[in-house]
Formats: sequence, structure tokens, C-alpha cells
Amino acid sequence: MSATADAGTRTAPAAEVVVSLRGASKAYGPIQALDDVTLELRAGEVMCLAGENGAGKSTLIKILTGAIRRDSGEYAVDGRDVGSPSPSEARDAGIGVVYQELSLLPDLSVEENLLMGQLPARRGVTRPAELRRRAAAMLERVGLDWLDPGTEVGTLSLAVQQLVEIAKVLGASPKVLIFDEPTTALSESETKALLARIHQLRDEGHAIMYVSHHLEEMFEIGDRVTVLRDGGLVTSQPMSDFDHDSLIASMVGRKIESLYPATSRTVGDPRLQVRGLLPEGAAAPVSFEVRAGEIVGIAGLLGSGRSELLRAIFGADPVHGGEIEIDGVRVAGGNPRRAVQAGLGLLTEDRKRLGLLLELSIRENASLAHLDEISRFWIVDRKRERTIVDRYLGGLKLRAGSWEQPVSSLSGGNQQKVLLARWLATHAKVLMFDEPTKGVDVGAKAEIYKVIGDLAAQGLGVVVVSSYLPEVLGLADRVLVMREGTVAGELPAEGATEEDVLALASTSTSTTTSDGAAS
Amino acid sequence: MRFLKNNQPAPAAAGAPAGAAAGAPAEREERILTFGDVFGRDAGGLIVLLVLFGGMTLASSEFLTGDNLANLARQVAVFGIIAVGQLLVILTAGIDLSVGSVLGLTGAITAELLVHGVGIVPAILAGMAAGTAIGLFNGTLVAYGKLPPFIVTLGMLGIARGVVLVLTDASTVQPLPESFGNIANGDILGLPNLLWMFLAVVAIASFVLRRTVFGRYVYAVGSNPESARLAGVPVTRVLVAVYAIAGLLAAVGGVLFTSRLNAGVPTAGTGYELNAIAACVIGGASLFGAKGGAFGAAAGALIVGTLNNGGNLLAINSFYLQIIIGALILAAVAFDQWQGRRSPGS
Repeated sequence: MSATADAGTRTAPAAEVVVSLRGASKAYGPIQALDDVTLELRAGEVMCLAGENGAGKSTLIKILTGAIRRDSGEYAVDGRDVGSPSPSEARDAGIGVVYQELSLLPDLSVEENLLMGQLPARRGVTRPAELRRRAAAMLERVGLDWLDPGTEVGTLSLAVQQLVEIAKVLGASPKVLIFDEPTTALSESETKALLARIHQLRDEGHAIMYVSHHLEEMFEIGDRVTVLRDGGLVTSQPMSDFDHDSLIASMVGRKIESLYPATSRTVGDPRLQVRGLLPEGAAAPVSFEVRAGEIVGIAGLLGSGRSELLRAIFGADPVHGGEIEIDGVRVAGGNPRRAVQAGLGLLTEDRKRLGLLLELSIRENASLAHLDEISRFWIVDRKRERTIVDRYLGGLKLRAGSWEQPVSSLSGGNQQKVLLARWLATHAKVLMFDEPTKGVDVGAKAEIYKVIGDLAAQGLGVVVVSSYLPEVLGLADRVLVMREGTVAGELPAEGATEEDVLALASTSTSTTTSDGAAS
Repeated sequence: MRFLKNNQPAPAAAGAPAGAAAGAPAEREERILTFGDVFGRDAGGLIVLLVLFGGMTLASSEFLTGDNLANLARQVAVFGIIAVGQLLVILTAGIDLSVGSVLGLTGAITAELLVHGVGIVPAILAGMAAGTAIGLFNGTLVAYGKLPPFIVTLGMLGIARGVVLVLTDASTVQPLPESFGNIANGDILGLPNLLWMFLAVVAIASFVLRRTVFGRYVYAVGSNPESARLAGVPVTRVLVAVYAIAGLLAAVGGVLFTSRLNAGVPTAGTGYELNAIAACVIGGASLFGAKGGAFGAAAGALIVGTLNNGGNLLAINSFYLQIIIGALILAAVAFDQWQGRRSPGS
């Protein structure tokens, strides 16, 4: 190994290999989820795992954590063969995981969560003082020394919960830390703080694997990157060998020309008008309009009230006043059913909790919102139902064996298409998208962007909320920036930079617009 | 339960998706026409029922006789009708513990009115109105008051039974007109009236659940009420309607029960709520909602009835029958769980 000291590059000097997985394969029935993949994690290094949905990332993580058994291949930690470990054996071998969906128990206190399964006790009676002492020590490691260990976890923000989760994982003194989409629910600044924390853990000598859909984060934090595609290993090399486009090309296996659709659309009359709407917790009333053929983006930090605004417009939550008009006709508030009948559609952020009916079939999910139109005397015309589902789901290139299979069997991107079809079928006049590409892979993202662009081109009014700024700027014609539950300012998307948006979203002393109604 | 009726991939039956064939077809799971495709969501119970019928026919020469089957139908009909109402509630992930008491109360109301000289039709209608009103009350507390269904209907179980006992002074209400007794004890085309009514209720419920907008909404609410609300489903109205229907069907059961004995019995229907829940569960319904069907519930009711009937014919101690029915419930749920784990994503 030649000791060339390139100026400016971060080279891990002959780092010790902590985890070595060789030739790992896993098949689910006829589907080869992982095929002969080799992976090495080294101490003091952040390895990013990149790939589209279905590329085998989750399978790989599950093999590492012992959640599933691999079909073949070797798995060694610290040079010692661990065979096919169970989850607890993997943990004992030094593998720690921070999952996207946190494993904390919301009704219990922080300290109980941290030491659950190993609560300090004497003859079955817990020792509160010892519990508190150990919990405080664990919290200190992640910079949460200000947090009272007796706090109920459910009352904490997601970012703090994430840190508690990390503290919990660190409690088992792992050699390897795996982060599975840790920033999905975090704001920009919280993400930065988390990445800094991960850097620190790396510098303490942990081997780290980082999985995310956000390429920017990978470039910021990664030392090396492993790319998976269709269950196979594409490459594993230093992050600095890639740029944004080449990494996408490597993940997708083809070059994606332009992610965002062209913006040459004719803008017509106002379709959605919001006047003086005052959602719960808003600092000031919100007024704006969306015209036919227009895509309006809504940006803002996490907790700035973006989703709440959409829900208020849709009538899903009670409001303290204001009017909504669709094509000049007033919509009675407070009832999603009337909003749907008036021509509004809302694709919610949390598909599983607020969108899909997991027990039901793809067909039933897609047709739910327009059953009234395809039925006579309350009897569903099943032929028309099938034609309509065929038309919209077929048009979205949904990949499924049959419309009768349960919607829960689909991948995230395809589930999103089912929800999209649900609203397309209602002939909505205004569609609102809340984080339309959350948890959706690059290829499906491009398709969803294209659909959104096509819808606007057909004359719909479109509202897109996203915490991913390039997406808002790339898709929208205008961007509304939110802060404290209300609209803090508006920018034309063309020419606006992410910095402009962030400046509007985070200044607390408002120097920009719309401050008249504050008192 | 997957039954390989044939080994051909199902042709047009699956409504061949237009844009589906993008991937290599060989990678997809091969479609096989299953028993479930034909009978929808309620296949499992029917199979058990057929097996049970076959077994009983072999075991006892008296089982497959017209008299015995008519007897079986009379035993099962009342509680099968209640089970269908219970099923609607269970499909919305709720539960109705009050149906047994409502059966008793509505039967007693009808009987009291008859004894006091009210005409048969008005008396029956009054009983059914009372049942529907109680259901509406339950549903309103559940849907608008956001109270847990278990608690609401547990309270109503006590209230309704108490009202019956006060109303009747805990004594049997009779004599009732002869013609009223004919309603449940008569025959049409050689089959007992009760059986016809049971079949009618099951057929209507199955049609409503499978083919109407309301039926879809019931499954949607049971699957995820918030998702359903955001898709424009009138969730609260669906919930109220479901409890009202359960109350109405309990009242139908009450009237039929009273007619069959031709007397108002204050303790009528005691424990029927648990039998109705058992029938739904054995018929494949999930207490978490959105799973099950009317034929399943009917099959569940028939399975329990056939076990009791068969037990009598074979002179099996009825205490053992209780054990068997309890074990059957556990087996049905265990089977459901096992299936859920096998199928992807649930």
C-alpha cells in the first residue's frame, strides 16, 4: 500500500475492515433480491449505500442485522465468521442499526426506552436512581445532556427522538452503525446536525453505513459508496469518483436526461383561491391562488405548517376562518367529502397511515374516491370501475400482476401511483401533493414529476409541498415559502436559489412580505 | 385457503391489467384460479362447513334428513341473522355486544304490544324501530362521541336487558295470537320460513357489501378510517349506519325468536352476542376490520349450529361441544394469522 499523501483528499489510512460480507445472495421465491454482493465496512469510514427502490438495499441491511438469513455467502465481523446470526447475535457481534421508523415506545420515558431489556433492577424491582444515571450518561454521548431522562418520548420532536434512538444503539457499544434513511423526517438544520453527529461517530472509530435517497447527503457524508442495482453489486468506490449525475446514472443504469418536466405551459384562470385561511397554529391568515396550468410549490422548514395548510384547504382539520373557492365556487369547509365533490384532491405525505387501505385490493384503493360517479342507485358499476382503473393505472405504467392483489404488496413508488390514479379518476380540478416523492426511487420520481407536469398542462391547478428544495424549484412555477404556519413570502421558481428559499423560511424578523395581519 | 381448481393461469377473470406486462412475465407469481376468487372474501368458512356436512352425513344416518335439516335451519336462523349484523360492525373494526339484549328487548316490546291488542304488523314494526333506534344511539356515541365501541355496546347490553326485565317484570309475555306464531313456524315450498328469511338477509347483506358504494365504504372505514375520510368517504355516517343495521337485524331476530316460541321471553338472546362474534370469526372475519363477508358469517353460524345439531344426534355431551366450538374459534384465528404472515406485505 503506497503511502501517497494527496493534499486535500481524506484517505482512511489502511483502515481496519470490521465487516466483511462476501458473495451474499438472497432470493424470495423466484425473485433474486440480492445476488452475489460483496461489501466491506471499515473502521473510521462512512460507506454510503445507493440504489433505487428494489435494488436490494433493505435486503442487504437485513442480512447484516440478522433480520433475515442469506442463502449463500460469508459474513465476518472483525475477521471472525459469524455464520447466519440472529438479530441479537448480530447486536452482540457489534452491529447497531438506526432505522427509518424509530423503534422507541412513545408512551414510556426516555430512560426506560434507552435501557429497555436491561433495566437496572434488584430482584425484579427497578432502581430509579441507577436508571437515571446510566440514561444520562448515554444521552451525553449524543449531545442530549440537556434532556431530562424522565421525559415521555412521545412529547419529543422527531429529531430528538432520532438522537435518543442513536443513544440507545450506542448503548450496546457497537463497532458498526447502520443508518437506514435517518433524515426522512428531519428538517434541513436537523439533518445537518445529525450528519455532524455521524461524522463525529466516524472519527471515534466506528464503521458506518449510511443509506439515503438524498444524494446530497451522501456526497456530504460519504467516504465510499456502494451502488446496488436489481440486487447486484454495480460498484464500490470512493465517493470522490462520482458526481451527482454519474451516481444517478450508476444507480439507474441509464442516463436520466431531465428529471423535471418542461415548464412551457399556458397559465389560465384561477382554479383554487384561498382567502384569509387561518389553520390551527398559524401566525397570520393565508391567501393565495393557483391558476389553471400552474404548479405552485410550497417550501418551508419542517414544522412550518406546510402539511397543515394543505389539510386545512382540504377540510381535513378545523380552521379559524377563511374561504376556499374552486373555479369561483365556494367550498364549504371542514369536510373532506365536500372538498372531493368540489374537485379537490390531496395526496397525503404518509401513504400508509393517511392514504392507502392496506387490506384492500389495488382496484378498491384506486376507485374509492369516485365510487359515487360510477354507481347508480348506490350499486357500483363494476365494468365501468374496471375500465377506469385500467385507464388510469395503465396510463401510469403500474407494474402489478393483477388489480386484485392487495395494495400492500406494491413498492412505495407503485403505491403512490395507485393514490395518484385515485385522484385522477375523480377528475379533480385542483390536486395537492404533499411530499409526492418521499420514499420513491429515482426512476419512479421522474415518472411522478412527468405526471404532475402533464396534469398542469391539462389545465389543472397543482400544489406541491416538498422539503426537498431542488424538487420544489425544479417543478414549480412559483414557490410559496412558509414560516410559523403562514406564508412568509413568494418567489418565482425560475432564478430562485435554495439559499433564497431558506433565507425566507428561517428569518424570524420578517423583512419581506405580508405582515399586515400580524396583530 | 388456496384451492387449485385448475392449473391454468386465470384468463380474463383477473381483469388483465393493461400496463402490467412491462416486466418479464415469468418473474410474476403465477395466477391460479382460487376458491377465494369465486367466493370472494368469505371462502374459508364454506369449506369447513362442507367438510362438516360430509362428515356428519357419514357419521349419522339421521343427519341428512329433511326433518333434521329443517330443524337445524330453525336453530341457526335467528342467531345467523344477528351474526350478519354483527359482521357489518366487525368489518368497521368495531364490535356490538348489545345485540343479544336488543333481541330480548325488541322481542319483548313486540310481545307486550300484541298482548295489549295492537295489530301484528304495527307491533312488529315497533319492535324493529326500537332496535334501529338503539343501534342509531350506539352508532352516534361511537362515530360522533368517539367512544370505544366495546364500552358503548357493553353499556347498552346492560341497559337493554335491564329494560326488558323491568318491562316484563321478568315473566314470560303471553298468550300471543296464533297467526303471529305462524310467521316463524310456517313453511314456504317445504322449507321453513325462518330459513327463507335467513337466506334473504344473507343474500341482501352480501350484495350490499360486494356491490354497493356503502359496502365499499364499510371495508374502507374498517381498513383505515383516516385514509378513508381523506378520500371523501363519509366515515361517521357509515359508522352510524352500520350500528343501526346491527340493531335492526337484532330486532328482526327478536321478532322471529318471539314468534317461534309464540311468547315474549325476558331472557331471550342472552349470550347471543358472543355466539354472533364467534360465527363471524369462524367465518373468516377479522376483529381488526376490513376482512370477512356475509357468506362467511352465515357459514360460521351454520358451522356452530351443525356442531350443536350433530352433537345431539351423536349423543355427545354438550359440555364437550362448548370445548369444541371454543377450540374452533382459536383454530380459525390461528389459521388467519398464519395466512396473513405468508401473504406478502401484511
